[in-house]
Order: sequence, then C-alpha cells, then structure tokens
Amino acid sequence: MATMKVNKISRDDLDWKISYRPDRCTLCGKCVAACPFKAIEVGVEKRRKVISDHFTPEPKVEFKTIPVIRQVVNEYEFCRGCGICERVCPNEAINPERNEDARFGAKYRAVCADPYKRGGRANLSTGNRTLDKLRVGRISQMTDPSLDASRHTFDMLAPFGRVLPAGEMPFEIQNGKLVMNDATPKVNWIYPIAIGDMSIGALSWRMWEAMAIAVAYLNEECGIPIRMCSGEGGVPVRLLKSEYLKYTILQVASGHFGWNRIINAMPHMKELPAGVLIKIGQGAKPGDGGLLQAKKVAPHISEIRGVPRADLLSPPNHQGLYSIEESVQKMFLSFNAAFKFEVPVAIKVAASSTSVSVYNNLLRDPYNIVGGFFMDGINGGTGAANEISLDHTGHPIVSKLRDCYNASVHQGKQGQIPLWAAGGLGQSWNLAADAFKMMALGANGVFTGKLMLQLAGCVGNDGGKCNACNTGLCPVGICTQNPALVKRLDIDKVAEHIVNYFISTDYELKKMLAPIGNSSLPIGRSDCLISEDKAVADRLNVQYSC
Amino acid sequence: MCRIGAIKSKNYIHPSKALTLMRSMQKGHDNSGFAMVMQDLGGRFENYKELPILSMACTDEGTKIAEDILHDIGFSRIMQWNPDISPDENLDIEPMPDYVFQVLHYPKSFKYAPQEEKEELLLETRLKIREALEATDDGYIYSFWPDVLTLKEIGDPTDIGTYFNLWDEDEEFTAKIITAQCRQNTNYDIVRYAAHPFFLQGYTALANGENTFYERNKDIQQSLYKGYVGFESDSQCFLYTLHYIHKMLKWPLSYYKHTITPLPFEEAQLREDSEILMSIRGALNNLEINGPNTIIAVLPDGTMFNTCDAKKLRPVVIGQTDDTVVIASEVTGLNEILPDRDWSTDIYTNERETVVITNELEVQRWQQ
Repeated sequence: MATMKVNKISRDDLDWKISYRPDRCTLCGKCVAACPFKAIEVGVEKRRKVISDHFTPEPKVEFKTIPVIRQVVNEYEFCRGCGICERVCPNEAINPERNEDARFGAKYRAVCADPYKRGGRANLSTGNRTLDKLRVGRISQMTDPSLDASRHTFDMLAPFGRVLPAGEMPFEIQNGKLVMNDATPKVNWIYPIAIGDMSIGALSWRMWEAMAIAVAYLNEECGIPIRMCSGEGGVPVRLLKSEYLKYTILQVASGHFGWNRIINAMPHMKELPAGVLIKIGQGAKPGDGGLLQAKKVAPHISEIRGVPRADLLSPPNHQGLYSIEESVQKMFLSFNAAFKFEVPVAIKVAASSTSVSVYNNLLRDPYNIVGGFFMDGINGGTGAANEISLDHTGHPIVSKLRDCYNASVHQGKQGQIPLWAAGGLGQSWNLAADAFKMMALGANGVFTGKLMLQLAGCVGNDGGKCNACNTGLCPVGICTQNPALVKRLDIDKVAEHIVNYFISTDYELKKMLAPIGNSSLPIGRSDCLISEDKAVADRLNVQYSC
Repeated sequence: MCRIGAIKSKNYIHPSKALTLMRSMQKGHDNSGFAMVMQDLGGRFENYKELPILSMACTDEGTKIAEDILHDIGFSRIMQWNPDISPDENLDIEPMPDYVFQVLHYPKSFKYAPQEEKEELLLETRLKIREALEATDDGYIYSFWPDVLTLKEIGDPTDIGTYFNLWDEDEEFTAKIITAQCRQNTNYDIVRYAAHPFFLQGYTALANGENTFYERNKDIQQSLYKGYVGFESDSQCFLYTLHYIHKMLKWPLSYYKHTITPLPFEEAQLREDSEILMSIRGALNNLEINGPNTIIAVLPDGTMFNTCDAKKLRPVVIGQTDDTVVIASEVTGLNEILPDRDWSTDIYTNERETVVITNELEVQRWQQ
C-alpha cells in the first residue's frame, strides 16, 4: 500500500479549490500574475499516455511533461476565493470553487498556534436578515393620500449634535418673536445616511480619496448633504485645509492615530469638520481593538498616522475611560473646547446587551454633551480581526436600536441624543429600504461602510469569499497599500459609482416615504411597518401580518 | 370623512346655529355623532364666568362618583342644569342616562390661590373623575373649566339636536364661541372621548384629517404633561401640542405653525430667524404633523384660529360678517348661516398660513 502524509495540509483541507482546465489554458500567465495571494503557480506535470498507432494493438507508453497552473497548498499562501484569476483569464480556464468539506480553520490553528485572522465581515448567520422580514405595510390611500416621489418635495435631514428639549432652549420673547439669548449645543443637519468610519490604512489611499471625492460631489453637485467619517487613521492635510473638510466627520479612537496632524492643521482649517466621532467600539469585533497589520503600514500611512512601521493596535479600551459619565465627559469637553463648541461630538459603540443602559445614562447626562449615539451591529465590516471575534461576538443591530429608542421614549427624551445605527445595512444591496426601516424603528439616521467597498469593486461576500482585508493584499486595491494592487482601482469610477448609488438611494428613500404619505423622515413611526414573522413582530413591537 | 365648523360672534348665539352649519355639510361626514364645545357662555351661565363648570355624561352612579370626588376635594355646587330632553324611540341616538352641567365654587383653601394653582386643581380633579368613571364604566367627563361647556353624543346629529331640544332657540343656552363636529372618530372604536372638539385648560381644538405622525406625537406627549391623556383620536395630539407650545412653553402662537408644519430645511436655513427655526425643528421634531389636516382651535382668551397641513390636502373656508366669523370645512356651511356675507372676502387658508380671529373679530392672516 502506498504511503501518505496524513498531517500535511492538503488541497482538500482548503476553503477554496482551484478548478483548472488545461485544455482551455493558453498559459498566458495572467492568472498567476494577478493573484496577490500567490495561491497559484506555474508548474510542470508529468503525463503518461498509452497509445497504439498500429492496425493491431501494439500499446506504447508515452511520457510527456506539460506546463500547468496549479494551486499552492500551505497555511499562508492559500486561495481565498476572490476569483481574480477567473476575471483575468481570457479562456475561462480557471476559477476557484468553494470546498464544502474544508477544514482549514482547524488545520491553520493546529499548525500555526495562532488565532486565524481575516478581514471583511461575519460569515455566519447573515442570510436570514431581520430587516428583510419587515415591510412597509401602512399605505396611505383614501383619507391620507400617498405622495408622488417625483413631484413632491421631501425634507430628509437628520440631526447630528445634542438636541435640547424645548423647555431648556434659551429662548426669550422679544416683540412677539423668540430670540436666542444663550449658546446651545451645536447641531448639524445632515443626510440621514452617513458613510461609516473606514480609515486610511485599512483602506487604500485611493479608495479613501474616492469616497471623499464622491462625498464632495454629492454635496456640491447633487444636493445630497451626506457626510463621511474619516475612521481612525488621520486625514490628508490637503483635505484638512480644504473647504471640503466640512463634509468630513473626524474620528478619534483609542489609538489616537493621526490626531497630531489634525491638531497641527487646526489653525489652517478654512472650515470646521462636520463633527467628531469618538469610537469606543465596533460592531464587527466588539471588545476587540483596531488592528492594522504592519504589512499595511506603508510609508504614507506611517506619516499620516505619525507612527513607525509596526502592527498598529487601537486598544480595546480608551485609556482613562473609567465610567460613562466621567471619562466621556472629559473627552467630550476637550473636543468640544478644541473646536470652540462649534463641532458636535458623538460616540460610536458596538451594539451590546448593555447598550440601553449606556444610552440611558448618556440621555440623563445633565451637561448635554453627547451629540449622537452611533451603534454598530454584528454584521458590520472590518479591515482585520480575529475570526473568532468576527463570527462569535457581537449583537444584531435591529432589536438593539429599537430597545434604545424605546428607552428614550420611556424617558421622554427621544431625539435628544440622535441615534445612528449600522451593521450590515445594505447587505441585500438596498440601503434605502434598510435605512427607512431603521428610521421607522427609531433611528435618526444610519451609517454604512462595507457597502461602499462593494460599490468600489470589492469581490468579497458574507459567504467567506475573499475577506482578505487584513492581508494587505486586497486583490482589487481597496484594502491594501501595495502600489501595484492599488493601481487596479479606478478612482474616478469608484467615486462615480458611489455618487450614482446615492442618487438612486435618495430617490428610493422618497419612494418609501411617498406611500406612507410623509414628506419628512418617519423617525419612530413603527406603525408603518409590518412583519410576517411573529417573533420579529413581537420583539420589535410592530404589527404582525399574515 | 370628517367635517368641522366653528362660529365666533360678538353676540351670544344658540347651538342651533352650529347644528345648522354642520347639517348643511352632512354629505361630507358620516352623521355618526355630534359634539360641541361652547365657550364664553351667555344665558344661565353668564353670571358665573370665573367659576368652573363640570360637563359630564354619565349614569346615576357616575354622578355620585363625581360628586363625591368633588366634595372630598372641597368643591361646592352653586348651580346645576340638566338639559330638557325629548326622548323618542325613533331618534337615532345612544343617550347616556344623565347629562350633568354644574357650576362649582373652588375649595375654600383656594380662595387666594394663584390662577395657575387653580388651573392645576381643575385638571387634576377632572383626571381623577375620569379615572374613577372609567374604572366602573359609569360615564364621561369632557371638561371642567370656567365658562366652558361640552356636549358629545353618538347618533345622528339632527336627532341628537332633537333629543336635546337644540333646534329651538333658547336665550338661556348660548355662547359667543361654538366649535362643533358631526362624526365620532371611526379610525378607532367609536367612543365619546374620541369626538372632536377636544378641550384642555382653556384650549380647544378640532381637526379634519389624519395625523400620520400620531405615534410619534403620542410617544413624546405622554411624557410632556400629565394632562396629555386619552389619545382616543389622533387629532387630540394637535390640542396637546398647542397647549404645550402656548401654555407650557409660553411661546407666541405663531410658533405653533413652525412646530407642526416646519418650513422645509432649505427655506428655514435662508431665513433671518433660522437659528430659532432649526432649534425648534430639533427640539420639537416629534410634534410635527405630516398628514393632511386642517385645525381649528380656540385659545383661553377667546382667540380663534385655523391652520392647515403643509401640503394643503384638507380645505377649510372662513367667512365673516360684521358680528360673526364662521370657519367650516365646506362653503355650503357658510352659505347656510351667513347667507348675506360678502363671499368674495372668504378666506381659503393656505398651507403656510395661520388665520387668526381676534375677540374684536379682526381676521389676521399670518404667513409662516
């Protein structure tokens, strides 16, 4: 009996197997050149053929050595299923195929003694989306006519900033008119969908820039006042000093990356930023800090973040954050003061079983500091994380958003700290529908990140495809700093696709508002939602329909 | 559908005028009830302007429950009036056993109490009676306030008029302001509390339309003031918002319009007072209305006004003579009771307007 090495990793262990059809292959080499993971290589194989060229059988054995493309099999250079080989192949000779019998997760850990890391998204239980079980079921018809999405004007802005209750507004009556006789917390009214926080570093500079271009274009040319959050990784000085800074929400997280540059640029700022977002946690990997692996820390990233080339860790906790009240207050006061109280400051947390307690406490804060509660659910994306965090920690966003809204209603403080929700929105490719439903459940607005990457050309998905954002080898140039890979990204096309998507989304939002007869956002109007799923209906307190 | 009407006059008028006004619009509503609030009362109530009047419809037991509560608090009865009724089995009405209209003295301890304390006492007493009546299903308390009388009943408005002899002019039963509606709310159950006009501490409101932001309005109003209760009709929210803006926050009336139908962001941001408007938009976002509506309201000082939703999906018309101003859903109502008016001066309130009728019957058109 032949010998074999049981413990060696084999092709059958991998998540993806390369399917190769030598009869179609012209050996042009494009696939090998294009695969950033070095998961395929050129090799030679021996072929044995028995032939007979006589009228009576006279078998002969013929040996040939032929060049082939073959899969690399080891723990580091494995196929991630991105499909770039298939895209570049002129002859449909090669493609990755999902291996249902894979056991790579076990093999990798067993060989490397290292937690398996990847980027992207949660790959478990993402199919059965709660938002897809909700529908707009309250249609205005007779007494309350529907609107015409094309003809009516719609008023779709959401507050970013601490909203004071009417009784606390420093109003004075002069000549029958209200006048303001004291300062109030700054509130910026922005589009109810914001582009979520993805840093330069996690993203390629071209991807980041494409989003910034799209955001500026949407504001300046399309009348869609969308804002983009920088992520924790600094902001190009050119943008900090430009008038377009007003469309950017600056983020600070526990690593404080990039803030030297931001602070140094402050005297030169022509415009104030749209806001400051303090990131406490992230939905895709709650309780886990940010991680930018050294391989992605290219020279420009070092410079923009003000750090050497090394694994860059944003710790899971903010130093000096001991209680909700005390430390958030400290941070908020310093940021508020830095921008002379002209820039709203909000926090971003990962959705959690405890979110309601945190939100309740913030609502009760007598100093009116928190300008927004951004909550990120389990289906959010990430540049890099331990797989165990991605797949096994986190909290879905929908019910938690609803709980927080209900808690604010219970306190009679709804809307005072605007609720912004994210985490897998737009996963079914329709952001408008998801945004509308979240707003009806109580969100003032939503934010989205991963979807922007899809629009840019990300080939990954929730089924474990690609998700190599952590490797610095993003095959489409989105999540890498490798110059050759980044060049794959057509920055103008990316910006154009993002702009176009939001133009469609804007119209689709109106198509959702029109049938319920509303021209302004239906925050907390859960009466317009129905669900055919009893459990969802009961949990979210919307009408069960069947 | 719903039709609403309001009459404000320099002279005391009888409810038959309101019935006539409403009946002329009967094809526009479902004739399922009649409800009216009379304010600035004449006749037998004229001499009791400062004293609270209890308006109830209840059982004998309900009367006793209410009187016990009033007695315990220290109110003392000065005058009681029970309307003459003409029961007839052919009439389409679901009458209650008793209709109680009592004028009461404040408790002695309130003799020197400031006005605000008296107002709180009246509200708390009414809520207490309401709760007690609800517990045993013994009736309804509609208002407990000086110079205000409320009647609400289920049935055909014409028959309700006949039952209460409201078709016969009676100088002893008059008011200078009457607001009325002829339809029990049918969006939800038919309950007497759901019938417009709604009344709270001197404020009256009635509306034709639908409040699509009912849930949002209700969610916030429930925590704004103890008097914001019931919510049997989505239109109660309009009254509570008015009360909140004008009485609780003490803002000028013009800000009611800015609250319920805020200017589009684009317009608001261009205005001189944009800071104020944007602050209101933020602070009172949950009090916006966004469905089709027209609202008639009366303030404690007798000022009456009308305003519509911002998309102007519900019409209303205002007509006037020297001594009377009438607001009605349909012009047929005006033609019926103000046939000699100059119809060319009729006002069809537009979507950004608040039309205000002062006590001198000056009609002002405020642009938002």
